[in-house]
Amino acid sequence: MAGPMKMRATLAGGYTEVRVLMTHPMTTAQSGQPLHFIQNITVKLNGKALIEAEVSQAVSRNPVFSFRLKGGAKGDKIEVTWLDNKGESNKIETAVA
Amino acid sequence: MNRLRRTVLGALAAWLATPLAALAAWNESAFGAKTPQDALKGIGAANPAPSKEIVIDAPQIAENGAVVPIEISSNIPGTSSLAVVLEKNPFPLAAKFDFMEGAAPFVKLNVKMAETADVRVVATAGGRHYSATREIKVTIGGCGG
Repeated sequence: MAGPMKMRATLAGGYTEVRVLMTHPMTTAQSGQPLHFIQNITVKLNGKALIEAEVSQAVSRNPVFSFRLKGGAKGDKIEVTWLDNKGESNKIETAVA
Repeated sequence: MNRLRRTVLGALAAWLATPLAALAAWNESAFGAKTPQDALKGIGAANPAPSKEIVIDAPQIAENGAVVPIEISSNIPGTSSLAVVLEKNPFPLAAKFDFMEGAAPFVKLNVKMAETADVRVVATAGGRHYSATREIKVTIGGCGG
């Protein structure tokens, strides 16, 4: 199941720091459970994709990522989307504070 | 009635899921590689040049291999991607980040490590590949999760 996400985007000396938490089991092939992990993550600023990531089951359970976007201004819209190997997805949107 | 509802909902779900799945690319051969060398080949970076401009910030000793925090960045001008290779994991390629204009080549993430190993970060800039490694000692392996 696509659990809740949390995100914070703050201005910090010339860049915007984006910290995002995803609720996901991220199970590995070694765990004896069905392989279930996030594969794709996209970070958008005001609708434009700035970071595209591909990840494996080696990312820890309930993944937390920090990203840095150059510049940015208060109120800019940040959107983060993930998609997993079962086709489940989720997204969160927040304004830069 | 229930069966009809299920069919309709199922078809709707499939239709909704399709565009996303079709858009997203996942490098199956690189992520399925079982050696660091094959993982590097899979992302088209077979022989990266050593670079001191790649910064890997991570604990020397990770007590819990299930959650190893790693912060990586590149000071190489024009860095357009960063990949993380955990050299002794069953599937070494952990992640690859592509940075468009406007994003800094920086990321902090938590990874699982099977055992004490080098973490290799590969940066791509102007079509060339660079890499740096750093050893992280793991007390309890974290690939069972």
